[in-house]
Amino acid sequence: MSYVPDRSQYPAKKADGTLDIDLTSGKYLKLWQGPNHPGITGNMSVELTVCGDEVVEGKTHVGYLHRGFEKLMERRTFIQCFPIVCRICVPEPDFNEYCYAAAVEELAGIQSPVRSDWIRTLILEMGRINSYMMYLGGQAGAFGLGVIAQWTTYVRDLMLDRFEELTGARIYHMFIMPGGVRDGLPEGFDQRMEETLCEMERTLKDVYEVMFCNAVFKKRSVGVGVIDPAWLEDYGVTGPNARAAGVAKDVRKDQPYLVYPELDFAPVTGQDSDIYTRADVRRRDVLVSIDLIRQILAKMPRSGPLMAKVPNVLHWKIPRGETYIRGECSRGEYGYYLVTDGSGYPRRVNVRGPSYTHAMALLERMIVNVNISDVAGLMVSLHTYPPEIER
Amino acid sequence: MNLSDLYYRLKALFPLGELTEQRPALAFITLPAEFLRPTLLHLRDREGFTHLVLLTAVDWIEEGRFQLTYLLSNRTQACDIGLRVMIKRPASGLATMDSIHDVWPTAATYQRELREMFGIDFPGSPRIEEEFILEGWNDIPPYRRDFDTLKYANASFNQRPGRETRDPATHMKQQMYPDMNPGGTT
Repeated sequence: MSYVPDRSQYPAKKADGTLDIDLTSGKYLKLWQGPNHPGITGNMSVELTVCGDEVVEGKTHVGYLHRGFEKLMERRTFIQCFPIVCRICVPEPDFNEYCYAAAVEELAGIQSPVRSDWIRTLILEMGRINSYMMYLGGQAGAFGLGVIAQWTTYVRDLMLDRFEELTGARIYHMFIMPGGVRDGLPEGFDQRMEETLCEMERTLKDVYEVMFCNAVFKKRSVGVGVIDPAWLEDYGVTGPNARAAGVAKDVRKDQPYLVYPELDFAPVTGQDSDIYTRADVRRRDVLVSIDLIRQILAKMPRSGPLMAKVPNVLHWKIPRGETYIRGECSRGEYGYYLVTDGSGYPRRVNVRGPSYTHAMALLERMIVNVNISDVAGLMVSLHTYPPEIER
Repeated sequence: MNLSDLYYRLKALFPLGELTEQRPALAFITLPAEFLRPTLLHLRDREGFTHLVLLTAVDWIEEGRFQLTYLLSNRTQACDIGLRVMIKRPASGLATMDSIHDVWPTAATYQRELREMFGIDFPGSPRIEEEFILEGWNDIPPYRRDFDTLKYANASFNQRPGRETRDPATHMKQQMYPDMNPGGTT
């Protein structure tokens, strides 16, 4: 049986409950992981206090990518906000477009056309796959499996091709706008999408065999970085991080939006709540998204309006009100809280990104007593995107 | 869950203010600051609103107050409640509100951000005085309405030569109806 140290009194705590860490004692060391570090997820850093090779305290630092979107939007008309919201989250920008558009539509009393809702759902699922592909490469890379990232980047690029032919852009699509979507599907899109999905399934099979059946990956991820299910509500944990703990939290099912009620799927869950389980939940979630895209293409109407009638956007004023719109992105609950005051500008926009809770309070809680070499893998396993923390 | 029924159940316990039913699964309720904590605890422990979705502020500068919005979600019943608390907005210095970090530990992060960006203090909240996003900031809190981003940008950054900024409504009018604006660009 391996030695399990007693950490109940270690490090010692002061009377106010904070850790009693004396950096001059020679026992502890400050170590910065990030902002420039291969083991960090984007533009953030974690200030680690280590004792030997064990982390005793971790503090997340953000602000390296703060562009003040929420404030900038208060100076922009409702339509001027539309092309900038996608920039809040680079790897999966479409949820910003959907949540913003849906919030504006609700407060302005606009109903988006049915056909546009199908295309919106299609785009959100395409974006989800792209985000997961980026994650799988990063998760494998954090444990030294560099080839996985090359494979997932390849199939992600195929999906970016589909985005390009559908929206005209690869990363920032600016396609879901208040009132509907900019265009319908191009000719031959279904066939090319099917080829992409088949290639993706083949690649995922390879990823499963090389990553998930790999002894090194299993050794380093099974039983490591466990999220206690009791923490889910305390720390606002959502998405795959919650589902891997056995709780089927999925906004697509809990509070269905767009055309999800018409699609047949079940949230993917796990039980062990460790790094391996979270990775596996996401891998299986890609398969669900592939199936959803096939269902969408089979069921969606091929004719009908794509845009509802919206007021002259240069003089568009929305009555005083407030609302919250959410969706299930690849990391969990993504939402927009929009407040209007009767003027032509938003009074307040607040973006609720799942990384806000996962990378801050939850990561700081989980990182204690972790070995330094597991910090990168643990951090990536929470699938956090710093831009949505600091907006 | 019928949110209107919930409102009247709560109103029997706490002196609630206005109810706004935004849609069947989302309502906002205004309440006095001193009744926030018991209402939150009641909603969390008795009504199943266990998920703190977000905590943020709205600056109603012309009314001299901040609106704090505590958005809670009940996953089982698939509905959300936004609690609106209006607090006094001092012209300078910090506004103050009770911390709820002991109710939801994750609230400490939101409160840190609100102190930095809006100048709303939550005494007792962990690491409340630590910088969150900004570094060495000594201007007024930047998300307050009286912070002028354009003025700050002009004073702080060099503009790229040749860049033009236009009012969108005026510019589009000149583009679309050049005959009506002889002096405008075409």
